Amino acid sequence: MPDTSVALSGITLDNPVIPASGTFGFGYEFSEYYDINILGSISLKGTTKDPRFGNPTPRIAEIPCGLINSVGLQNPGADAVIGTEIPRLAKTFKKPLIANISGFSVDEYVECARKFDAVGQVGILEINISCPNVHGGGMSFGTSAESAAQVTRAVKSAVSKPVYIKLSPNVTDITEIARAVQDAGADGISMINTLLGMRIDLKTKRPVVANQKGGMSGPCILPLALRMVYEVYESVDIPIIGMGGISCAADVIEMMLAGASAVQVGAANLVDPCACRDIIKQLPETMQHYGIEKLSDITGGAHNGK
Amino acid sequence: MKQSVFEVTDNTGIAENVFRMTLSGDVSQITAPGQFVNIKLDGFFLRRPISVCDTGEDRLVIIYKVVGGGTLAMSKLERGAALDVLTGLGNGFDVSKSGQNPLLIGGGVGAPPMYMLCKKLAGLGRKVTAVLGFNSGSDVFLTRELEQAGATVLLATADGSMGTRGFVTDILPQDYSYFYACGPMPMLKAVCEKTITEGELSFEERMGCGFGACMGCTCKTKYGNKRICRDGPVLKKSEVIF
Repeated sequence: MPDTSVALSGITLDNPVIPASGTFGFGYEFSEYYDINILGSISLKGTTKDPRFGNPTPRIAEIPCGLINSVGLQNPGADAVIGTEIPRLAKTFKKPLIANISGFSVDEYVECARKFDAVGQVGILEINISCPNVHGGGMSFGTSAESAAQVTRAVKSAVSKPVYIKLSPNVTDITEIARAVQDAGADGISMINTLLGMRIDLKTKRPVVANQKGGMSGPCILPLALRMVYEVYESVDIPIIGMGGISCAADVIEMMLAGASAVQVGAANLVDPCACRDIIKQLPETMQHYGIEKLSDITGGAHNGK
Repeated sequence: MKQSVFEVTDNTGIAENVFRMTLSGDVSQITAPGQFVNIKLDGFFLRRPISVCDTGEDRLVIIYKVVGGGTLAMSKLERGAALDVLTGLGNGFDVSKSGQNPLLIGGGVGAPPMYMLCKKLAGLGRKVTAVLGFNSGSDVFLTRELEQAGATVLLATADGSMGTRGFVTDILPQDYSYFYACGPMPMLKAVCEKTITEGELSFEERMGCGFGACMGCTCKTKYGNKRICRDGPVLKKSEVIF
């Protein structure tokens, strides 16, 4: 049996498959379809200090091989997530969680991160500096190396758990941001968040989503995500959680060869509630097919000499 | 909720751009009228959520209108086609609230869930009145089936080509115990203004997943945020905010 385990900052995962934040809620809906405890970990719904309704509807538009969403960080707030959602999830999911944290000021990031740092089951803090949905929100932090580093430094100095910075692809040079957060003390990088896109309804002649633009995800962004993970892997020495359009075990292997130590699966969960279960099932066979005995050995395997 | 494969056994046009599809498969998770199924189609990333019109033993009936590429592809599916379907989605109508003479109000392709609801209520001995509204006579469907299921059917068309000229709200009867409505948003709003009892309304929204994970279809109600796909699609008149 091939070894599917991987490690992130000293935390061992049974397999590298993690549902991506915002595509898995807090897990309950999926636990009606399969035993979610088979997952490597879960990246929780993006959480802010205070509850948020998010953007007006429609929030969803279809694109070829993917979708646009402008949910706008709807969440019940950090206290409700910690007090209600995580204890409920803990009944079915027993492994370390990834808390996904958003904020609209450095202080908010710090306050929210501190709260999750104190939760026993949280293994990694994933800081979303890139959500493209909220006006004046995360976007500004993720698009400048300076502000990305500022958030990273502030959060790092306030918490004890590993801090992974989730990068936006909507930048000129993602390696510059990656280096900046590494230099500011980040323990790892999650990438990529969604790509800004738009659809226009020919009947109404207006953008389909009420917020005009939204984040694209799905298989259509896989090549772009692979390219960016490949570039960032060459630029930093901290681990990368790779994501963007992964929908089968072969995609997982491809993302790891590009440089990822683990992966997140996002849009696939929304159209196939059993997507992560099926990928985990396929992994050993797909590894065998490509002569891979130990999955963690292949991270960055597509690179020459690094 | 369940994911399983259904086979198309019939797919026939019944009104202008409106089709009735019958499928065979496991319908055990469909527990209430007003629930919906979410159908995967080749060549389209997102599933298509469609309300349940009727169920029988291993039999699912849906009625849908061609409004875009996905439903156009559906309309071309032939007998024997296999479809990946999520069933048992949404809360559905609460038949226990109906009282003795409930009103069923359906506008356009909001009418189909009223059929299964009518059958359930008639089975409970209720005296059902169904009020249906369409744009034109060529759009009308389901009136005969509802009559056969035991309902008194009242019909309005916007252009007056069949039934009474006007909207469903122009032909609402005076005496009823409760109401159930499904149709376009302006109709639902008008129904709430004109009805004198509590009732239930089924809403439509663009969905990502259809089972509560993505928060794509959230709306505000008097009792907090609700996901149309999971906490709805049926909401009570007393909680709705237009």
